[in-house]
Amino acid sequence: MEFSDTKEEAAFRVEIRTWIDNNAPDYLFEPLSSSGFGSIQIDGFDPMAEAKQWQKTKAEAGWACLQWPKDYGGRGATPIESVIWNQEEGVYGQLSRMFIIGQGMCAPTMMTFASEDQKQRYLPKLASGEEVWCQLFSEPHGGSDLAGLRTRAEKDGDDWVINGQKIWTSGAQHSDFGILITRTDPEVPKHRGLTMFFLDMKSVGIDIRPIKQANGDSGFNEVYFDNVRIPDAQRLGEVGEGWKVSLTTLMNERLAIGGSITTGFPEIKELVDQLRIASGTAINDPAVRSKLADWYAKSAGLKNTAARAISALSKGETPGPENSIGKLVAGGMMQDIAKFSLDLQGLSGAIVDPEIAAGSARLQAMLMRSPAVRIEGGTDQILRNIISERVLGLPEDMRADKGIPFNKIPSGN
Amino acid sequence: MNFDFSDDDKMVQDQINRFLRDNCGFGEFRSVLEGEATYSESVWRGLSEMGVQGTAIPSAYGGVEAGYLSLCLAARELGAHLAPVPFSSSIYLAAEAIQGAGSEAQKEEWLPKLASGQVIGTLAVTETVQEPVPEDITTTFVNGKLNGTKLVVPHGLMADVVVVLARTNDGLSLVLAPLSDVERRSIDTVDPTMGSATITFKDSPAKLLGQPHDGWSVLSTVYNRAAVMFAFEQLGGAERALDMAVGYAKERFAFGRPIGSFQALKHMMADMYVALKLAESNCYYAAWALQNDSDDLALAAATARVSATQAFQLCSRDNIQVHGGMGFTWEYDCHLYYRRSNYLTLVLGGLSAWEDKLVSALPDAA
Repeated sequence: MEFSDTKEEAAFRVEIRTWIDNNAPDYLFEPLSSSGFGSIQIDGFDPMAEAKQWQKTKAEAGWACLQWPKDYGGRGATPIESVIWNQEEGVYGQLSRMFIIGQGMCAPTMMTFASEDQKQRYLPKLASGEEVWCQLFSEPHGGSDLAGLRTRAEKDGDDWVINGQKIWTSGAQHSDFGILITRTDPEVPKHRGLTMFFLDMKSVGIDIRPIKQANGDSGFNEVYFDNVRIPDAQRLGEVGEGWKVSLTTLMNERLAIGGSITTGFPEIKELVDQLRIASGTAINDPAVRSKLADWYAKSAGLKNTAARAISALSKGETPGPENSIGKLVAGGMMQDIAKFSLDLQGLSGAIVDPEIAAGSARLQAMLMRSPAVRIEGGTDQILRNIISERVLGLPEDMRADKGIPFNKIPSGN
Repeated sequence: MNFDFSDDDKMVQDQINRFLRDNCGFGEFRSVLEGEATYSESVWRGLSEMGVQGTAIPSAYGGVEAGYLSLCLAARELGAHLAPVPFSSSIYLAAEAIQGAGSEAQKEEWLPKLASGQVIGTLAVTETVQEPVPEDITTTFVNGKLNGTKLVVPHGLMADVVVVLARTNDGLSLVLAPLSDVERRSIDTVDPTMGSATITFKDSPAKLLGQPHDGWSVLSTVYNRAAVMFAFEQLGGAERALDMAVGYAKERFAFGRPIGSFQALKHMMADMYVALKLAESNCYYAAWALQNDSDDLALAAATARVSATQAFQLCSRDNIQVHGGMGFTWEYDCHLYYRRSNYLTLVLGGLSAWEDKLVSALPDAA
């Protein structure tokens, strides 16, 4: 057991570090370090422009999408090299957030199902950040039950005509392209009537409306489709095989290994080290210590679990199923930490003005953002289903819609 | 980075697992729980023959010197099989205290016998009905004689030698006493297979172990090291309790379907898995810190201890819940894990004490 790099890994790390020292936008280090929950706030800078610039700089030097083949704008690097990049990119990695869905989820789907010409046309510009992609999956009637989606695609000549509505689409307003899952046959059971496409987000008939979230931010959108036409050549996979295609996308919706996991622990530790409560400094209070120990043990557990995954990659193995616990643990913990941190401050804990509140109101921002962490990318409940079914091998829940044609499934309205 | 155990260590673990699987089923535990035996002599002997007791003891003192990573994996198997043997007291506590604080002569006298399993050791601290603090210790060691009563000594019933925390002049010291001529009474605890005894010393001969007045701080070091190995026992137990719950939930039907298909139970077991995996990763790191005498040991040990305690308590508790009423019968084995998990939680001081130690060990800027 040892924690040091191999000789090759160490050399690669030095190469990355040197390049980052010489090329990273260091004027953004401070604002990015204190930016956190929700949208990136960089006073005096346009986050989208900065993100695109950093992505372009990386791509030109061969540091974008490291694991992709060189032909598609990547570096052909190994998984462990990609992890080392994530570790070294550190805080600047936050700038890549708006590319995560395109590069992390749309790209693997395109690589598996698009034609060679399409891959050559779209992937390099996705890698370099010149074009931004989004993923049009969730609907008002299909979130956790994604296969219950209703957006229709009907064949008309060489085109498909799309009508319906998507929701919770991150970055749709910045996107040039998107991958879209639709229902092409409502008369067969729900998983069998779906088909996947990619489309130009500037197509006629698309209407993008930002959602004002519970925390006041607007990171997501509703996307309406009114007779939007997509050429059949932009279909991904066979007609009716959309569910299978979507699994390729969703399999890639996993924790980016090597990046840091936000739990809120450093924030609450900083707070209780200073904060005065009735019994004295908060850190000396037994009730505070008990909770702090629990949260530290959990955050250390996540960090050490990630280290095991990195170790497996380093040996050329596939990380084990324990990596499925990350978001489930971190999401709930973040919410608990935020709530307790405010609680210790009495009424002043309610203040959200970063100029006045302790710790620049990061814990208050965490309180208001954390409910979403427990929902997006798989709710706590869906994640527990996945762990119990795929890891522990427990039987599937009984489903009321199994084998029933989609248009006969009770919908409650 | 190679954050994993070596193939050699895993091979030894596998041998211990196979031995315990074949020789240390629930029947062994029950023969101690319900019968006259205070521990399973056959399992103890079998472990001796494999050299397991001497895993981390230097070869100069009769051990195998295979290191702590290997010992941690052995602990995981002993915990998984709820082995009713005095291994933890003898090896994680007594042998560790003697190795850490003993004179050359004491090491030469005791370590080879502990390593071979010929002698069973333990550690005696608690005197009153509360979490011990230095002021509680009234057992005295004066002019080579021990006097006083230790209320609950794990494996005190069968131990041959004991490390005792005792008052000397104006401080606390560790002393080493053979248990040939003392009064010991069995004391009932939540886990009767832990051989707990109340031991009374009356002018019993003993020798200082380490420096005088150093007892409390040496004890704390021994506890930190032992915490890692106990955490692996807890991890092993937690994993088996979860396996048991999952196995039962797949087979037991109610309302016309396997109960494991109900989300109320699936989610409970998913949470058990999460606790188990967090503990496992923290245990791995603590094993590394122990083996390498890392500066980080106090924090790593407390972290492993806290999360392994949580995991074993959760898994053993909810294993009963998954089994429903049958889980609360004497006949079903669920209570064996529940008993062991609650005893192991307390054996080095309770969870609250370890939470406190964890926070004390945190660096100032976390």
